[in-house]
Amino acid sequence: MREEISDMSEDDETGERARWAPDLSKNRSDDSDSGPGPPIGDSPPPFSDQILENVLENVLEFLTSRRDRNSASAVCRSWYRAEAQTRRELFIGNCYAVAPHRAVERFQSIKSVVLKGKPRFADFNLVPFGWGAHFEPWVKSFGAAYRHLERICLKRMSVTDKDLTIIAESFPLFKDLTLICCEGFSTFGLAVIAERCRHLRVLDLIEDYLEDEDDEVVDWISRFPETTTSLESLVFDCVSCPFNFDALERLVARSPSLQRLRVNHHVALEQLRRLMARAPQLTHLGTGTFRSGAGFGEVDPNLDLVSAFGASRSLVCLSGFREIEPEFLPAIYPICANLTSLNFSFANLTAEELNPVIRRCHNLQTFWVLDSVGDEGLQAVAETCRDLRELRVFPLDPSEDSDSSVSDIGLQFISEGCRKLRSILYFCQRMTNAAVVAMSKNCPDLVVFRLCIMGRHLPDRITGEPMDAGFRAIVMNCKKLTRLSVSGLLTDKAFEYIGCYGKLIRTLSVAFAGDSDGGLRYVLEGCTRLQKLEIRDSPFGDASLISGLPFYYNMRFLWMSSCNLSMRGCKEVARNKPNLVVEVIRDGVEEEEEEEIEAVEKLYLYRSLAGARTDAPAFVKIL
Amino acid sequence: MDNDTELRLGLPGSVEVKKPRETPQKRSSPDCTSVEDDNLDRPSAKAQIVGWPPVRSYMKNNFHLMKNKADMAGRYVKVSMDGAPYLRKVDLKNYKGYKELREALENLFGCFSLGEILRMDGKYSMEYTIAYEDKDGDLMLLGDVPWEIFLSSCKKLRIMTDALGNKDREDSK
Repeated sequence: MREEISDMSEDDETGERARWAPDLSKNRSDDSDSGPGPPIGDSPPPFSDQILENVLENVLEFLTSRRDRNSASAVCRSWYRAEAQTRRELFIGNCYAVAPHRAVERFQSIKSVVLKGKPRFADFNLVPFGWGAHFEPWVKSFGAAYRHLERICLKRMSVTDKDLTIIAESFPLFKDLTLICCEGFSTFGLAVIAERCRHLRVLDLIEDYLEDEDDEVVDWISRFPETTTSLESLVFDCVSCPFNFDALERLVARSPSLQRLRVNHHVALEQLRRLMARAPQLTHLGTGTFRSGAGFGEVDPNLDLVSAFGASRSLVCLSGFREIEPEFLPAIYPICANLTSLNFSFANLTAEELNPVIRRCHNLQTFWVLDSVGDEGLQAVAETCRDLRELRVFPLDPSEDSDSSVSDIGLQFISEGCRKLRSILYFCQRMTNAAVVAMSKNCPDLVVFRLCIMGRHLPDRITGEPMDAGFRAIVMNCKKLTRLSVSGLLTDKAFEYIGCYGKLIRTLSVAFAGDSDGGLRYVLEGCTRLQKLEIRDSPFGDASLISGLPFYYNMRFLWMSSCNLSMRGCKEVARNKPNLVVEVIRDGVEEEEEEEIEAVEKLYLYRSLAGARTDAPAFVKIL
Repeated sequence: MDNDTELRLGLPGSVEVKKPRETPQKRSSPDCTSVEDDNLDRPSAKAQIVGWPPVRSYMKNNFHLMKNKADMAGRYVKVSMDGAPYLRKVDLKNYKGYKELREALENLFGCFSLGEILRMDGKYSMEYTIAYEDKDGDLMLLGDVPWEIFLSSCKKLRIMTDALGNKDREDSK
């Protein structure tokens, strides 16, 4: 489902798990894109071998999983070449792990690129502005090499209008631009894309930050070609500036293939109705504000929302609902039974307001909601949405001391009702081990378990004990778990359990947890599939960092901030591992400081074939 | 991400300055084995830690947006007064704080003979208690929470002549 792509975590994908995991010490990384292989530029094979290679290429065309492809490329030189010729999608999980020219030399027929940049903690303001992840060197390499490139998907990259212009100019067949959590571009760049990418099917802007000044906003919607377009998906709810609504309405009217449309908050219900009338075939709709745009208190008599939704029989996914006026919710009742995905995470609803909607959503698989609905609201979800696979409960008031209305009680309800749950993200203030244990037993299919108890170091609210037991149950009972985020009061024991039982975990997020170096050690030694480890404000020091030396080549990255690291420890890691880039990031440093501070505030280390990057700003020191 | 050009006490870059810092962010020394002590003294007006809770700013910022939009739209709530024949409506956005609201209510209900009694004597009126119904449906005394929070949680206002209510307050003064 498209929603999974907005998260773009490999853990949320199905069918991408390694079918075999070679346990050779060198090749434990099974999702590395450019694994070690024979040197490029061998002499071509003799004739009969060439026939075999052609056959091989034909077969490998069908191989889509990148892990399978990496495995295939390691068989022998011939397979390496054939695989390189037939790979169509390039996935680079860390833009600094390999240099653009090297990727482009090895894979010459790429049609689709997925590229990720900043570490995830950048989303929470932990990575200073200007750190890096520039798309520019990549787009220039691609522009020169990949004439047939059709799709670019970027996550947490810095993308400029110039980069967007290069895309528009370099790829005549370009179809799909998806930007997730990116920044650096503006409506000017969007206008260039709209105007010049004549075969554009997908323009998905998801949680990006645009750089528009109020008076420099460009009317990019008007720049789409006047003819019938091939647009299938247009998502721009994060583009916060106003836009030309009439142009959008006309665009929607001449885009017969449009299936997904998500507008920004400058669209009120009257306008929404007009858009829906133009595109009754929509499957995914992101409303703007879910209130009347007319004068306050007046309802436009022409606002026939009920028939608008009634006519949209294909809708399976609804989102938006900003500034919601609940009296309009009954309009969506007719389609609730068809919905597989509902995103209420911008709607401040009470349990009472949620109830009539959710009671009709029997087929819901993905549900995002605010904790304003409380445990009672979650009970309604649990009783109705028996097929639920993914639940996210966000805090209305995202601050540490806030009063959250959801607790262990809501989690317990969900665990009892939604047995097929695979992925959960749950923000709360009060939690018990018992509820977490219950979830571990009731929802054995869990792949992603992310619990965020917002108050730091909070114990079980009933027993007063650490939350160790709850997480122990999760890693023990949820045998498919690949992603885990922990919170609450946790001792080293919790990490011992994670290391012992969390053998499939690829992504682990830790904050304000643990007692000593031992905690981190358990994880590094025990979690053999660990790829991404991000830690903040936990008492892990140099000794634990160094204990991980044998494992860092098998991981994509390690992030540690506000822990107990020092330059001595970080330097030792850098010294011992030549293919590891060790970045020490400081805040608020403009120029090089002569005196080196011994304590390391932020560490970001990652394996790389490219060596130390040359675009690092002054506040990043590469050891 | 803010330029740390202003002098302030504390470890670099770790505090989003929303409230004045009361306790410096504790970093355990290498030989300290537990950070649990941090938990023991948690003043309620604690400094906010950068990036915690881990909610993306896209999710956060929009509530400010939402609030602002609601600002422009007006926040009309019904006001009932015990004994008055009909209710009134006020736009809470018109007032900057509790004092202004009370004054406005006094003016509104001054048209009733009972209104003379609704005087302002220091913080509370003499004969009346002003309460409001919040989002959860509970009847709350006016003035306990910060104005902004009250704005978003108030559903209805009620001017009560309930002697019992008054008495409780008088006793607790």
